[in-house]
Amino acid sequence: MKPAADAALKSRSGADLAPDAAPVLMVENLTVSVRTDEGVKPLVRDMSFGLRRGETLCIAGESGSGKSITSLAIMGLLPPPAVRVTGGSIRLGETDLNTLGEAQMRRVRGDRIAMIFQEPMTSLNPVMTVGTQLAEAIRAHDDVSRSAARDRALAALKSVRLSQPERRMSQFPHELSGGMRQRVMIAMALALRPEVLIADEPTTALDVTVQREVLDLLRDLQRDTGTAIILITHDMGVVAEMADRVIVMRDGAMVEEAAARALFSSPRAQYTRDLLAAVPRMGQGALRPPVDNAPVARLCDVVVRFPIRGGVFGRTTHLVHAVEHVSFEIRKGETFALVGESGCGKSTIAKAMVGLVPHQGRIEIGQERLADMRGAAMQALRRRIQMVFQDPMAALDPRMTVGGQIAEPLLIHGIGDSAERRSRAADLMARVGLTVDQYDRYPHEFSGGQRQRICIARALALNPDLIIADESVSALDVSVQARVLDLLRELQVEFGIAFLFISHDMAVVDNISDRVGVMYLGQIVELGTRAQIFGNPQHAYTRRLIEAVPVPDPAFVRPVLDRLTGDVPSPVFAAGRGPKQVRLADVGGGHLVADGVE
Amino acid sequence: MAAYLLRRLLQSALILLGVSFITFVLLYVLPADPVRQIAGRSATAQTVENIRHELGLDQPFVIQYLHYLWGMVQGDLGRSYLQKTEVAALIAARLPATLLLMLGAIACELVIGLTMGVFAALRRGTAFDHSLMMVSFVTVSAPQFVVGLLLLYVFAVQLGWFPIGGYGTFAHLVLPSLTLGILGSGWYSRMMRSSMLDVLRADFIRTARAKGLSRARIVLAHALPNAILPVIAMIGIDIGVFMGGIVVVESVFGWPGIGQLAWQAIQRVDIPIIMGVTLVSAMAIVLGNLLADLITPFIDPRIKLK
Repeated sequence: MKPAADAALKSRSGADLAPDAAPVLMVENLTVSVRTDEGVKPLVRDMSFGLRRGETLCIAGESGSGKSITSLAIMGLLPPPAVRVTGGSIRLGETDLNTLGEAQMRRVRGDRIAMIFQEPMTSLNPVMTVGTQLAEAIRAHDDVSRSAARDRALAALKSVRLSQPERRMSQFPHELSGGMRQRVMIAMALALRPEVLIADEPTTALDVTVQREVLDLLRDLQRDTGTAIILITHDMGVVAEMADRVIVMRDGAMVEEAAARALFSSPRAQYTRDLLAAVPRMGQGALRPPVDNAPVARLCDVVVRFPIRGGVFGRTTHLVHAVEHVSFEIRKGETFALVGESGCGKSTIAKAMVGLVPHQGRIEIGQERLADMRGAAMQALRRRIQMVFQDPMAALDPRMTVGGQIAEPLLIHGIGDSAERRSRAADLMARVGLTVDQYDRYPHEFSGGQRQRICIARALALNPDLIIADESVSALDVSVQARVLDLLRELQVEFGIAFLFISHDMAVVDNISDRVGVMYLGQIVELGTRAQIFGNPQHAYTRRLIEAVPVPDPAFVRPVLDRLTGDVPSPVFAAGRGPKQVRLADVGGGHLVADGVE
Repeated sequence: MAAYLLRRLLQSALILLGVSFITFVLLYVLPADPVRQIAGRSATAQTVENIRHELGLDQPFVIQYLHYLWGMVQGDLGRSYLQKTEVAALIAARLPATLLLMLGAIACELVIGLTMGVFAALRRGTAFDHSLMMVSFVTVSAPQFVVGLLLLYVFAVQLGWFPIGGYGTFAHLVLPSLTLGILGSGWYSRMMRSSMLDVLRADFIRTARAKGLSRARIVLAHALPNAILPVIAMIGIDIGVFMGGIVVVESVFGWPGIGQLAWQAIQRVDIPIIMGVTLVSAMAIVLGNLLADLITPFIDPRIKLK
């Protein structure tokens, strides 16, 4: 199962590895099936693997590959009654988990096998304090007093390097950021020193710098406790950084199992090779000549603030400074990327540009100023800017045919008669890689990637000058993502469209953009060509963003940095106050860098 | 918090002003003439005019309304046309009975409704769930006078467990509270069931299960407090629904509350009483909503009153 050369005494985290003979968890021929109207369908087929103490096993695969189902099967948390384990065994030490009843299984869960989930924002009970949630996990398994449980809960919070742990105990989840909540989840999972920790996409919902902190934390904790980790992820960068061993899954079956280095250096299965090829890597974007066309959009000193009201008469007491004095331009046929972490104001800029939120300062679309436009002029302007959002399922009307939705912008703007609109929509469908006979189908009949193609076709319907792609490929699997990015590039060449590409994913941005603006707390802190930003990052925050990106290469040695625990400061200020405005200085060749922040 | 309360109370005052105006207009344009009711059929035209003048009903609408408003802000709701007593005093004498009945009814509907809703949700899709929902459908659809009479017949007349009507002891309270509460329990059980189903699907319930908590703890400590949040807001609104039911139920059970007072006043076109009861009901609804909003932050820490 494991090449002898790799059976070292230490795992990559530095934890001591148990001898090969004694796996803590042994899964053999596991099959999980769902009962549907058409009969019993397998979701996971014939999974077999062993997990040793101190080891990190990554299960990688795209959505629907069965990786989460596998973890839920181990936890005994499969959604009853439809989904059940229909074959094979799961042994934890000497215990066969499949033979345990619910009451016995409950004693295993949380105590011997713990789990953390993808969504830290919703995985904690919103109406219970952090301390209580931690303490109850301890008291569910150990017969200790309330105060003893609280002491241990506090110790657990300290071990995950949460700032002000005493204060956190009495706070509610909504008072903590996503990264802090995931730390709480980890503290809760590890408080009872489980033999196995299952982490299901633990960093997928987090910003890249926070992801780095959480991954570092998991590694450090593993080194200290020797917990075996099953890390489920779609991100090959995370796999490369964390895994001792990797299982690649597809359609419910194991495609390949290998030691991490072997998998990345010499993948055996074709699917693994395709998957690795599709992973966006930094520094691999094709070099393109600079675009020097006229701007299609220009922002000058744009400010967006949202009032927070209070008091008897509902006066504005505080302001959210979402966007502060942002200036940039997007040229015809160019891809301008805005990168930054959640809450930095990048999506608010997009909303301001289409007039969905009020702004101060100057936004020009073409030669016209956005703020001056009303009624028909505004309507005409809307034809020139279209948007493609992150979640295509949410962006499509579930009760309208996809053809109808692609044709709808034409209808709204009174273009053509119904036959012309239909034929234009059909052409667009063909252009984005769908077939015309799918015209009368509904969104739920399509896959995630196809749905995003539908959204792109809809955005193209009005022949816009500018398409704002707000995290448009973030929710897609890498292979699908790669194809959608290719499509966007082709469309840009074909129609001369400019893209405002908003993303948190540095690798994707490095692959697709011509110029990049880095945003932090509502302000642009660095702006330049892709080569300037990624080849010669000047601002500390830009560097931190780039360094935080997981590198899909297990041989990559990351420079040892301080373990960060800081949080991004709040953009909320009392009325009359505000953040310090940064000044951008040209360091050569139009490369603008903010002075004096951090 | 103080600022919030003050703002809400100001809003409440505005709502009451609006209610008083609309009710006043409706009663003014009413085709039934209260003066005829007071004077009786044999009165001469002169008598009628005298009474009209005496009550101030010969004055223009605006003067009448302002006059009423002036009294209202001083706590004077006028005098009953027929009983010649202060409306405020009449209502004050009967309000405790009505409040008691409402409390009893709210207790009934919450206990019955929430229990049904929680158990239906926990046994979702089973015959138990379906039959509970069937019951709730029946109780929602059944008219209150029918339910009231049925309860009276079975538990008071046939079994003799409770008195047939009247007011005074706890036993008197049971049947009228049940009658009012059963209707509400249907609504609450459905609401609680769907709210509970939503919460049971939530990620933090999965977390609780992954921690190895017992089923009882998951339901009671994690699911219930979250599922009950939308229901609390409902209770505030519900007081309005009660006010309609109270008129019926108080009549059926001879309960001496403001519902009966209103019913008698409507029959006799005793406008000051109708106005007074309407205002008090409106106030109850407004305060009920305010109370629900004030309670919510104690259960849901995410909500801050500003």
